[in-house]
Amino acid sequence: MTAAFCVHCGKPPAEGDHGRCARLRAAVDPPRYCPECARRMVVQVTPTGWSARCSRHGERSSRAEAFPRASAPEGSSFNAVSPTD
Amino acid sequence: MTAAAERSRADHSAAVDTHDVLAFAREQVLERGVGLDEARVLEILRLPDDRVPELLALAHEVRMRWCGPEVEVEGIVSLKTGGCPEDCHFCSQSGQFPSPVRSAWLDIPGLVRAARETAETGASEFCIVAAVRGPDKRLLSQVRDGIKAIREDGNDIQIACSLGMLTQEQVDELVAMGVHRYNHNLETARSHFPSVVTTHTWEERWETLRMVHAAGMEVCCGGIIGMGESVEQRAEFAAQLAELDPHEVPMNFLIPQAGTPYENYEIVEGRDALRTVAAFRLALPRTLLRFAGGRELTLGDLGAEQGMLGGINAIIVGNYLTNLGRPAQQDLDMLTELNMPIKALSDTL
Ligand code: SF4
Ligand SMILES: [Zn+2]
Ligand SMILES: [Zn+2]
Repeated sequence: MTAAFCVHCGKPPAEGDHGRCARLRAAVDPPRYCPECARRMVVQVTPTGWSARCSRHGERSSRAEAFPRASAPEGSSFNAVSPTD
Repeated sequence: MTAAAERSRADHSAAVDTHDVLAFAREQVLERGVGLDEARVLEILRLPDDRVPELLALAHEVRMRWCGPEVEVEGIVSLKTGGCPEDCHFCSQSGQFPSPVRSAWLDIPGLVRAARETAETGASEFCIVAAVRGPDKRLLSQVRDGIKAIREDGNDIQIACSLGMLTQEQVDELVAMGVHRYNHNLETARSHFPSVVTTHTWEERWETLRMVHAAGMEVCCGGIIGMGESVEQRAEFAAQLAELDPHEVPMNFLIPQAGTPYENYEIVEGRDALRTVAAFRLALPRTLLRFAGGRELTLGDLGAEQGMLGGINAIIVGNYLTNLGRPAQQDLDMLTELNMPIKALSDTL
C-alpha cells in the first residue's frame, strides 16, 4: 500500500521536498502523521518501540508494522490529553 | 622558551611540559584525579584534529583509572509527553512551537512494561521523565503508583526521575518514594542559557539541583551540545558542571527537532562531538559520563565506539523520549566487543 501522506511531515509524497524527512526524520523519529489522512498522531515512544494512534485510522506500532492498520491487540497504553490540533 | 616559561616549567615538580595541555592533563587528571579548569578545557577543545586520537586515548585512561571498566546502562521513558509550557528551543515537547509531537500520558501498565523491557537489557537504571515545568499532584501520584507497580512486577531496577523543577516538599516526596537519582539538566553554559530558554532561568534549575543534592539523592545533570554555543561556552559549561559535581552527566547532541527554533541547526560534527566528550571527561574525571540523545545521528556506529574509548562510561540504550535510538542489543554487543562489563544491579544496591 502506498502511503497517501508522508509520516514525517504530513504532505503528499508528490508535494514539497521530503529529502529531510528521508535523511533526518526517518533516522530519529517514529511516524508523526497518519499516512492515510495526515492527521497528527498521538505517539508514545518506549525503550524498545513506539505506538502511534490516529483518531480516525486507529493504532499502528513498531511491533505490528506488518499490520499497520490493526488496532492495538493489547489495548492502548496511552491516552491523548489536550490535543492541539 | 621564554624565561617565564622556563620558570614555570622548573617550578613544576614532575617537570611536566605545562605548555602542552595533554601532558598537563596527564599529570593533573590522570595521575592526581583533579579535573581541568575552564581555561584548560578550552585549550583541549581547541586542539587540532591530528591530536584528537591522543586526546581520546588519554580521556579513556582517565575514565579507566578513576571510574573503572564498567558501563552503567540505563533506559528512559516518557510518562507525560508534549504540551510543556516552557520554551526550551531545542525541545519537541514544548507546547510553544508547532512541533508534530502531541500530548500523551503513558498508563501504569505501559510504564511497568517499559521498566521490564529496560531491565531485560541488563540495565541497572530506569528513568521516568515528564515534559513539565515541574510536577503537580496528579503527576506525582502517577509516579508513586508507577514505582509501586514496577516493584510489584518483581523488578528491582534502580529508579530515577526527571520531572522538572521541584519544591523542597516534592524533593522529599521523591526521596520517600525511593527515587535514588534525579535528572535535571542545566542544558548549556549559564551565559548561553537565556538564548535557549526564556520561560525560566539557569539559576532556577541550579536551585532544584541544590535541593536534590542536599536531600541525598544522586544528582544527574548534563546538557546538549550543538545549540549555537561557542567553544568558550562549552568550556564554561564543563567548568560549571564540575562545580556542581554531579554523580552523572548525560551528554546529548542536538537533534534538530521539527517545528522548533533549532529545526534547521546543523548536526554536530563527529570529531567535534568526540573532542567535547573527552574534554568533559578531563574536567570530570570521576563522574558517570553518559552517552544520551543524538549520538546516533552525530557519531554513527563507529563514533559511538570511539566515544566509549574516549571517556564515556554510561549509555542510554534503546529509544529516547520522543526520538528513536538504535536497538539496545546493538549497544550491548558493542560493549561485549569492547570488553566493557555492564554494571550489574547488584553492584549498585
Ligand atoms: S522544560 Fe523540559 S519538556 Fe519542557 S520545553 Fe523544556 S526541555 Fe522540553
Ligand atoms: Zn515528508
Ligand atoms: Zn488517519
